[in-house]
Amino acid sequence: MFIINAPVEETIEIDHRIYLLKINAPEITSIIKPGQFLNVRVSERVFPLLRRPFSVCDVDGEHLYLMFNIMGEGTNILAHKPKGSTIDILGPLGNGFNLTGDYKTAVIVAGGLGAAPFPYFTRMLNGKKDIISFIGGRTKDDVITYNLKNVKEASDDGSRGFKGNVVQLLEENIELLKSKNIKVFACGPTVMLRALKDFCLKNNFNCEVSTECAMACGFGICQGCPIESTEDQEKYLLVCKDGPVFNIKDVVI
Amino acid sequence: MNIDLSVKIGSLALRNPIMLASGTVGYGNEISEFTDLNKLGGIVTKSLSLKPRKGNPPQRIAETPAGMLNAIGLANVGVEVFLKEKIPFLKKFDVPLICNIAASTIDEYIECTRILTTEETIKAFEINISCPNVREGGLIFGNDLNAVAKITDKVRATTGKPIVIKLSPNVSYIAAFAKAAKDNGADAVSAINTLLGTAFNINTRKPKIHNITGGLSGPAIKPVALAKVLEISREVDIPIIGIGGIMDWKDVIEFMIAGSSAVQIGTLNFIDPSAPGKIVQQLEEYCEKMSIEKISSLTASYIL
Repeated sequence: MFIINAPVEETIEIDHRIYLLKINAPEITSIIKPGQFLNVRVSERVFPLLRRPFSVCDVDGEHLYLMFNIMGEGTNILAHKPKGSTIDILGPLGNGFNLTGDYKTAVIVAGGLGAAPFPYFTRMLNGKKDIISFIGGRTKDDVITYNLKNVKEASDDGSRGFKGNVVQLLEENIELLKSKNIKVFACGPTVMLRALKDFCLKNNFNCEVSTECAMACGFGICQGCPIESTEDQEKYLLVCKDGPVFNIKDVVI
Repeated sequence: MNIDLSVKIGSLALRNPIMLASGTVGYGNEISEFTDLNKLGGIVTKSLSLKPRKGNPPQRIAETPAGMLNAIGLANVGVEVFLKEKIPFLKKFDVPLICNIAASTIDEYIECTRILTTEETIKAFEINISCPNVREGGLIFGNDLNAVAKITDKVRATTGKPIVIKLSPNVSYIAAFAKAAKDNGADAVSAINTLLGTAFNINTRKPKIHNITGGLSGPAIKPVALAKVLEISREVDIPIIGIGGIMDWKDVIEFMIAGSSAVQIGTLNFIDPSAPGKIVQQLEEYCEKMSIEKISSLTASYIL
């Protein structure tokens, strides 16, 4: 874990309302893994007060990319960070995806901004495993396919790709999935993850999921981000420290 | 000039006035990666209860202007696991360890203190009578003068180590509670715990945190905290540990002028866990520049 002031190299609007912040952070790019996150202090001022957690979107040499949309004051400030300014980042935090194992095909399942961790994930698996990316969103603007491979798209309103949610799209492709030795890697809204859990349990697919929860510190001291464990009902796990990536069997979603 | 940063909280000697507040440093291990604990005045553990507590369901946290609401619900490992699994790590440091105790009944306060007081690493106790986020104990005790008096008296009878009573700001006259603590044998009071607050999502009309209400902390509460510290300082002769929205060394000086002998840093640890060590250094620089030989001379140095 480091706290560093990283120079901002560029802020890019890659798609409708979706931004990429490119920063220079060699201390972090040399060690961060797909699925880990950073807690970003967007301003030195007392409002917004808390850091904002972002999963690492991509890494290219010393360059680190964060993906976000403008949700409020914090992300608004981030979207307008001028080139040459610095941002204070704390990380890498949490546990990333476990890319190793004897599966042959990684199946990415993402909804909306849940696509954020997967460009780096795709880069790291390149040449090692096959990848199929199932990417969903409410409308065509919410289907984010930036730097993903072999994409199958779904939108709730049918404005892009399959009409329906991404788990329904998985059902449509069940024969394909069953014909391969797969492991599922997912990130997205809670409703999607719930449906995905049922789907994976029913079909006996191994699945890792990146979870989220409002948090303050990002490294275990505030205890602000509990998630229910399926193993031990006596205590919560923490999204920041025990996660954010969990096996989908191990947490109550 | 040789600057003396040391302060005393009753019989408890600290190398400087910077303590880390309960609930913002866990049991020390995570924050030790960012701040050298040996350079601090003291650290206060997460509230400990007799049995482990699971805490509240999410969401536990919501940001507010210049502050945050939290309703963690005293999630903690309980005194036995604390002694077995957390103390060995904390033993490695040369920094006074203050155990914060939270309980639902007076007997539970006594039992926790009795078990913990035998551990030599623990130098003092902070008694949490003011957590706004649990149904029993917590605020009910913190709002009841007789309960505060009785808890202080019983804990006093259980340990020879210094006791600090952590006071609630959610009362109209905090000095009365400080006096009840003092009259029943407390060595000091810490002020303030969080202020009761809430926030709503205007789209769903639901509270932003599961517990409905939470404790407000951060720079938003600093003026309230300073006023409470000043009130105690003017009316009760007892050492005060000032808490509430400290973000930098200037805030520390302000709390000391208002009557604090030492301070605790809380919410800032979540934002910049390396800040406490830097603040110690900056206090020394300030004293040097202002020709203040003993930082303790700042305590209650207000000119009204």
